[in-house]
Amino acid sequence: MATLFRAAPSARAALRASSVKPAIAALASTSFVRGKATLPDLSYDYGALEPYISAKIMELHHKNHHQTYVNGLNSALEQIGEANESGNQSKAATLAPLLNFHGGGHINHTLFWENLAPASKDGGGEPSGALKSAIDRDFGSFKTLQSQINTALAGIQGSGWAWLIKDKAAGTLQVVTRANQDPIAGNYVPLMGIDAWEHAYYLQYQNRKAEYFSAIWNVINWKTVASRLEKA
Amino acid sequence: MAPVTYKLPPLPYPYDALEPSISKQIMELHHDKHHQTYITNLNKALEVSATATASGHLHDAAAQLSAIRFNGGGHINHSLFWENLSPASSPDAQPSAAPKLQAAIDSTWGSLDKFKAAFGTALLGIQGSGWGWLVKEAGTGQLRIVTLANQEAVVVGDTPLVGVDMWEHAYYLQYLNGKAAYVDNIWKVINWKTAEARYTESREDVFNVLKGNI
Repeated sequence: MATLFRAAPSARAALRASSVKPAIAALASTSFVRGKATLPDLSYDYGALEPYISAKIMELHHKNHHQTYVNGLNSALEQIGEANESGNQSKAATLAPLLNFHGGGHINHTLFWENLAPASKDGGGEPSGALKSAIDRDFGSFKTLQSQINTALAGIQGSGWAWLIKDKAAGTLQVVTRANQDPIAGNYVPLMGIDAWEHAYYLQYQNRKAEYFSAIWNVINWKTVASRLEKA
Repeated sequence: MAPVTYKLPPLPYPYDALEPSISKQIMELHHDKHHQTYITNLNKALEVSATATASGHLHDAAAQLSAIRFNGGGHINHSLFWENLSPASSPDAQPSAAPKLQAAIDSTWGSLDKFKAAFGTALLGIQGSGWGWLVKEAGTGQLRIVTLANQEAVVVGDTPLVGVDMWEHAYYLQYLNGKAAYVDNIWKVINWKTAEARYTESREDVFNVLKGNI
């Protein structure tokens, strides 16, 4: 994770100029400036994912919820830095849950916005190329992957996320869930995430979360997922 | 032996009775849909578990434990929650309806306001979905604030007195991301009479609402 905080200005400019933004590099380039996290811009309008995700949800989710994680992350980092500098490493250690929660919230949402796209543009449809081959190899078919992810989403007890990940050790794709804002880490590379917190759908779908889980497939950006797999 | 089937307990007040602290729409969805779903899934898990147990399929019974814990906790938490809320206009919503409990709160936290501040901090510190409870500790009888993730419930030892639901579905339609305002406003609709009864009666009686709705 440490590399996320160290993108050189020239590298950031180069990334901004490039039309294809690699997932993790985009985090480094746009949302971690000089060790401070900032809210990344969405690459589409708040209303662009309608009717599958309403403009109001997108606006609150991005401008308020994601911003709160960014603020919480910066505050946790600052407190940890202060504790460390003053020689109070045990205090720094007790702040780890805050760092995990808010840092995870920032990472997860940043990846989420990028793996969504308007249905009229790159959203929806089915994966192709190397991504399709990997999905067919590891799940049998795209339909099976979808149903595995929907089952995983429905089974989350409380707040959390479902992810399609690549296990770097095994070389295979897998579906995993994470509670609250726990980020994907270790040998797993996040390819595509779906937010199953109630704030991600409640204003539009209320308790009918299965409808949200089936609607979101219309706005999944498979180009982003394919490019993450390429770099994984 | 067929397991008991649980039923949705009726709300002890109309859906709009907690306005403006909690909107009618939230109460309808929360009670009729969310709480009912926990009960439906609990009954399903209990039945599968009972059938598996009866035929010696322990592994199939064990596989239901997570669903029983989650959905059973959801049923217990919501059943207790409805009862520890009250319309603001009722005398039950006045702290004076809980004289013994108030005395214990004063001696524990210094004042009701200090207790509310401590409870509020605990509620707002929950990461993800969960509940905050004022409980009476087993053994010592002392008051304590606990937070529990998801639908974990106060079922071992301690006695639950006042619960506050911090799942987003409990406030989002009205308060959006402003959960601090929800926490502020819920104090106006706490049923102190229920809290006093839970504090003074036997622990078993606190859970009567569950037995009463099967």
